[in-house]
Amino acid sequence: MGVGASRAAVVEYQHVSKRYAAARPQRGSPAAPGAVNDLSLTVPAGKICVLVGPSGCGKTTSLKMVNRLIEPTGGRILVDGVDVAGRDATELRREIGYVIQQVGLFPHQTIGANVAVVPRLLRWPAARQRERAEELLALVGLEPAIYRDRYPAQLSGGERQRVGVARALAADPPLMLMDEPFGAVDPIVRERLQNELLRLQAELAKTILFVTHDIDEAIKMGDLVAVMQAGGRLEQFGPPAQILAAPASAFVAEFVGADRGLKRLSLSRVGDVALQPVVTARVGDPAGEARARTFADPFPYLLLLDAADRPIGWISQRHVPASGVLEASLATPMSPLLDRRTTLKDALSMMLDADVQTGIVIDRTGRLRGVLSVEAIAAALRPDADPGAIAAGTAGAGG
Amino acid sequence: MIDWGWLAGHVDAIAYRTGQHLYLAAIAVGVGFAISLVLALVAARRRVLYPPISALAGILYTIPSLALFAALISITGFSVVTAEVPLVMYTLVILVRNIVAGLDGVPAEVLEAADGMGHTRRQRLWRVELPLAVPLIVAGLRLATVSTIGLVTITGTISDAFGGLGYFILDGYHRGGFPTEMYAGALPSILLALGADFLFVRAQRRITPWAQTRALEATAS
Repeated sequence: MGVGASRAAVVEYQHVSKRYAAARPQRGSPAAPGAVNDLSLTVPAGKICVLVGPSGCGKTTSLKMVNRLIEPTGGRILVDGVDVAGRDATELRREIGYVIQQVGLFPHQTIGANVAVVPRLLRWPAARQRERAEELLALVGLEPAIYRDRYPAQLSGGERQRVGVARALAADPPLMLMDEPFGAVDPIVRERLQNELLRLQAELAKTILFVTHDIDEAIKMGDLVAVMQAGGRLEQFGPPAQILAAPASAFVAEFVGADRGLKRLSLSRVGDVALQPVVTARVGDPAGEARARTFADPFPYLLLLDAADRPIGWISQRHVPASGVLEASLATPMSPLLDRRTTLKDALSMMLDADVQTGIVIDRTGRLRGVLSVEAIAAALRPDADPGAIAAGTAGAGG
Repeated sequence: MIDWGWLAGHVDAIAYRTGQHLYLAAIAVGVGFAISLVLALVAARRRVLYPPISALAGILYTIPSLALFAALISITGFSVVTAEVPLVMYTLVILVRNIVAGLDGVPAEVLEAADGMGHTRRQRLWRVELPLAVPLIVAGLRLATVSTIGLVTITGTISDAFGGLGYFILDGYHRGGFPTEMYAGALPSILLALGADFLFVRAQRRITPWAQTRALEATAS
C-alpha cells in the first residue's frame, strides 16, 4: 500500500473541560495543573495544529483527551463528527497515531517489531506487517536492512524518535497526536526532525495535534497555533502569522516574546519576497563590455557565473578588467547561497554570519535566480507588511 | 579418608537420591513460581494488596521447617505434600518480590506508549510488562532454585523416603559421622545447585537477547 494515499480527520473540541479534584480545595487557589477550561476549537483535516503554552496549562491534557488516555469532565471531542466518548478506547487508539517525548519504544522488541506494533494489534498478516515496517523505516530515513533487527538500546535519541514517528504512522492513521515529540533531543537533531516531519507532512497530509512549550517550534510547525494559559484557557487560536502580528492578549504578546517581529521572519521564505536583479557576466565573456554594464548600474559589483549560469562570486566594479576575458579567479565567493525555500530568518542569519548585505538566490540546479538584500528583508519586517500577504503575493523573479 | 568401597556399592543409591533431589526441588520451584505469579499479578493490579501479600510471604519464610514438618505430618502424613509445602512456602518471598519488582521496573513511558497504541490490559501485560520483567523474574528463580536445592536436604527429617541427597548427610551423621557418606550427599547437592544456576543464566541469555545488546555492542566495537 502507498504511504501517500492517506485520509485525514477533522478534530473538534466542543466546550471541553477537565477539572481535577483538589486534595484540599482552597478558595482563590489557582486551578490544578493540567486542568482544561471550556476549550472549543476545530482542527481542519490535513493541518498541523500546535497546542502551546507554559507548563501546567492543560495542553497535554487536551491532547490525551482525544485518544481517551484522559477523560474530560465536561464537553465532548469529535473526530470526523463522532464523539470519542462513545468509541471503544482501545479501538479508537489503534486508529490514532501517538508520539511521546520519551518515545517509549519497547526495549525487548526489535525496531521492525516496534514499528509493527499497531499492525500486529490489528492482526495484519505477518508478511504485510514486515513489509509495512520496512516501508516506514525507509520513510523516516532509517535504512531498513540496517535498523530492522536492532534493539532500541542500540539507537541514538534522534533515531529512536524517528522510529517513534514511524510506529505512529504504521496503520496509516488519519490523525496523529504528538506530545512534545522532539523535546528530549538536542537542538541540532530537533531541527532536523522538525524539518523531516514537515517534509513527511507535505507528502502525507495527516491531521496532527502537536503539543510543545516552545513558541518557536509552534510557529515553525503549526498551520494553526492554539496558545493556552495556566488554568487551561485558550487565549488565541489562529495561523502563526496572525498570532505574531496581532496577539489577542497581553499574555499572548508576552508569551510569543518581544522579538515577535523577528520571529515573523521564520514564517516567510526567500521565494515569498521580490528578488532584485543584478548585473551578471559569464566566465569567458569579454571584460570590457561587462565593465561598461556594471558601471551603468548603481550596485557596485558584478556577479560572475559559470557556463551553466551558476554563481561563482562577485567582482568589484573597479576590478573588472578593461580588456581581455573574465576569468573565474577574479571573483570572490562571499555571499551565502540561498534557495527559495530558505526562511528569511535563516537567510538574514547567513548574511550576518558572512558579513555581507546580499544573498545569492539559486534554483534547484544551482542556477542564479536573483539577489536578496538586507533591505528587502527589512521591508518584509515593516508593521504594515502582513506576512500572510507576503506569502500570498509576489513571486520573486530577477537576475 | 574416603571409603571407596562404600561409594562403589552405593552408585545406584546415589543416582536415585540425585534424581529424587531434583524432583523435589523442581516441584517446589514450579509450584512456588505458579503461586507467586498469581500473587504478583494480583499485587501489581491492586496496589494496596502488595504490602499484605509481601508481608505474609515474609512471615511464612520465618517459620522453622522442623516445626512445620511436625505440624503437617498430623494433617498430610508422611506424604510428598508434607515435604513440599515448606519448600514451596520458602520460594514465595523471593519470587513474589522479584516478579513485582520486575513489573514495577517497566518504564512509565513504555506503558504510556503501550496504552496509547491501543493495547488492552491483558495485551499490555503479556506482550510488554511480563517480557520486560523477565530478567528480574529469572534472577528470582535462580535464587529460589539454589536455596531450594539446599533445603531439600532437610525433608529427610520427615522420613527416610525423602531428603534426596540429604538422606546420605543425615544417615552419615546418625552413624556417628561417616565422612564418605556425608560427602556423597553434600557434593552432588552443591553441583546440582551450581548446574541449575548455570542453566538459568544460559536460558536467560537465550530469551532476553535485548538485555544483552549493550554487552554485544561492547564486544563488537
